[in-house]
Amino acid sequence: MTLTNESAPGSVDGTGGEHLLVVENLNVAYKVHRRLRPTLHDISFSIAPGEVIALVGESGSGKTTTGHAILGLLPENGQVTGGRITFRDQVLTELSPKGWRSLRGRAVSLIPQDPTVSLDPLRRVGEQVEDTLSLHSNLDAAQRRRQVHELFETVGFRDVELRYRQYPHELSGGMKQRVLIASAIAGEPDLIIADEPTSGLDATVQKQVLDLIDDLRRRNRTAVVLVTHDLGVAADRADRIGVMEHGRLVEVGTPEQIFDSPQHPYTRRLVGAVPSRSAVPVRDVAAVGRREPVITVTDLHKSYGGTDAVAGTSFEVHRGETFSIVGESGSGKSTTARVLVGLTEATSGSVSVLGKDITRLDRRGYRPLRQDIQIVYQNPYSSFDPRFDVFDVVEEPLRAFQPPQLPWKRKKANRDRIVAALEAAALPPSFADRHPAELSGGQRQRVAIARALVVEPKILVLDEPISALDVSVAAQILQLLENLQRERGLTYVFISHDLAVVRAISDHVAVMQNGRIVEQGAVDDVFSRPSSPYTQKLLAAIAGRKLVHL
Amino acid sequence: MRRYILKRLAQAIAVLWAAYTLSFILLSVLPGDAIRNRINAPDSLMTPQQAQTLLEYYGSNRPLIEQYVRDLWGLFTGDLGYSITNGGRVWGLLTLNLPATAKLAGLGLVIGLVFAVIVALLINYAKFGWLKDVFSFLPALSTSVPIFVIGIIVLNVFAFDLHWIPPVDNHTFTALIAPAATVGLVVSGPLAQVLSNSIRLTRSQPFVHVMHAKGAGEGYIFRKDILRNSLLPILTLLGLTIGELLAGAVVTESVYARAGLGQLIVTSVNTQDLPVVQGIVLLTTAIYVTVNFITDIVYPFIDPRIALDEKTTRAARTRRLAAAEGLGGDLVEAADLFEKRAPVEVARS
Repeated sequence: MTLTNESAPGSVDGTGGEHLLVVENLNVAYKVHRRLRPTLHDISFSIAPGEVIALVGESGSGKTTTGHAILGLLPENGQVTGGRITFRDQVLTELSPKGWRSLRGRAVSLIPQDPTVSLDPLRRVGEQVEDTLSLHSNLDAAQRRRQVHELFETVGFRDVELRYRQYPHELSGGMKQRVLIASAIAGEPDLIIADEPTSGLDATVQKQVLDLIDDLRRRNRTAVVLVTHDLGVAADRADRIGVMEHGRLVEVGTPEQIFDSPQHPYTRRLVGAVPSRSAVPVRDVAAVGRREPVITVTDLHKSYGGTDAVAGTSFEVHRGETFSIVGESGSGKSTTARVLVGLTEATSGSVSVLGKDITRLDRRGYRPLRQDIQIVYQNPYSSFDPRFDVFDVVEEPLRAFQPPQLPWKRKKANRDRIVAALEAAALPPSFADRHPAELSGGQRQRVAIARALVVEPKILVLDEPISALDVSVAAQILQLLENLQRERGLTYVFISHDLAVVRAISDHVAVMQNGRIVEQGAVDDVFSRPSSPYTQKLLAAIAGRKLVHL
Repeated sequence: MRRYILKRLAQAIAVLWAAYTLSFILLSVLPGDAIRNRINAPDSLMTPQQAQTLLEYYGSNRPLIEQYVRDLWGLFTGDLGYSITNGGRVWGLLTLNLPATAKLAGLGLVIGLVFAVIVALLINYAKFGWLKDVFSFLPALSTSVPIFVIGIIVLNVFAFDLHWIPPVDNHTFTALIAPAATVGLVVSGPLAQVLSNSIRLTRSQPFVHVMHAKGAGEGYIFRKDILRNSLLPILTLLGLTIGELLAGAVVTESVYARAGLGQLIVTSVNTQDLPVVQGIVLLTTAIYVTVNFITDIVYPFIDPRIALDEKTTRAARTRRLAAAEGLGGDLVEAADLFEKRAPVEVARS
């Protein structure tokens, strides 16, 4: 804990004090096509009891592999090729399968990444927590059940017997993660590997789960290796942060050291990419407000089978501005976006886009408007036809407005516009011939943007466009959007659950909860003087508040 | 739940009716007529009066639609009619031949399942890589070899060369083993393929990773998680397998010269004995529909995500595919295998 920090600040070896876990020169390689590909290079760090060390880095940096190596759960093709891991007086890297089994769950346990797929859908959740007890204790069935009840109380469940008997599909994501935490602490471990424990959860739920982990480790002096891509989470929760890049631990230090005086160039780049740290041009909100509205929504309702997904929202979006809608899952923000782009009909209320009332338009009636309003999704890959190459993907919206003609003639005629759209999205023209499957997440999102731009729309609806991306890639995409808006005068409707991003890029913001807008206004007003309790709660839940100085 | 069952019952009746009608039309358009064949046979000793009575009785001189309505009415009153070739009651013929085929299909299913489970386990859990490869090859092999080839090989080796089993049916259990193993081997192909893929997919699920992290060994995880999760797609496939078993029985019974529904349908189709063929079609359709109905009822007991009320039944089917996650392709593949080889479609209607 603090002792370690004070005695050797930022030391890679974390010397001083007692050590729970010592990782020395760990090398891990994956066997790919009969050849060993080194993945981790000389990783060395240590953890004291009760300490939280966060491993941060982008996807592919090796942070999850490090976590799995400590648990002895590398994938079948992975192997430790050098170095050693010592836990108390046991050398883990020399352990037999049987030795591993007795250690896992009892001394070292895991809180997994995605709670929605980490529980067996066919078994009651209580039984799944009980597993740890049946494997590592001599308790009889009744004692185990009582123990599970206690664990459920510890993780904050009230009706414990009901919870015990429920199946995973009857629980929300946050509740599932509580179950998994209960299962991880059932064996009273000394060390917990938390592998992106909150990445799929809403901000307020994320805060509850992280608070719970914090609380548990304080109570039991459990050490935690927190694997995360979210620098905010690391800043809030860790005693020390290890920054990983390409399988190397490039820098270790306290949050203050990492964020205020990063040493390694990669750390500097990573820290610089945090949304509200990047240079944001000051926006003249007042000027925006004087422009004419391009989208006017009045008392919009949309219900699915009796339940209201959107229950009476009203807002205006002005030309050239970025209007953000924030909220947690199920708040109705994506449904609102779907109504705006004509993918679903409003139940009642009125919606007008560019002066045209679209409330009663079916898909065919909406079609002419698609030249002017386009949507970009969170996960572009699933919205691409798998047989299409990039050229076809970008061409698709154009084709909808062109008379049918021979494919080669059409492709020749469209070539210039597609290359222009790709260039606008900062992709080289040569990408046209590649297949989306070969591209990285950021490149795919650029292709999706190019596809939206090809018809030269006036409005872009961006539905969580950067949530699936690494922080530095996300920053690049935001920069791209920023430039496009400046050059082309685009209007953005930005749908997001990430308040830090919203704060950085929006002019106006609407906060949604249970299908209603609980607060809206200029971004500075909403963020610095939130009037609704829900907004205050959301703001309080932002990870890394000390980081972004909200 | 009650509404669901009633709805399924109505569906089952509709399927039975469709199968009946379809086979009626198919057999009517075939050239020739069993009754006239019998009258005009050289060894027939019938007087013209007798011939007339026979024609009147079967009504084969009446318009087709009238025959159809009459037969259908008979069906509702529980009367399947009489065989044209041997004059016995159709119902009697069916009950006489059903037990033999049921034994064959039943034992065939057991052998097929056991074989499929063993192969699937070996594919997934064998220690040596080459062993896995060998076993991965088996399901495809057993599905691609036609059933009569397997039957003839087994017969030649075990009956004629080794004399382990009798070459014809002498109503002993030993005589049943070879034909049942033949049918079983054939149906085990798709079962093994789907089961081994579903075990593989289940093992790669994150929740299995979590189980490992709890310190559980392979055996524990298999018992607690893998078994039930991998059974889901098998259950769906089982409904199709019943049809396959009955179709396989037709060929197997011919190869092994066993009495049974298979033999009965072969002779009845050859002699255009319409009432008997209709009876068999109805019986097999009823079995098929019943088995699929039972699998649908059993599903929610294995998978708590599926509830059998009227609102969710449609979603249940989609859910089921989602539960199999990625197994859709394998199911289609398995269904394709069935389609390609089904020797007598009548048995599956």
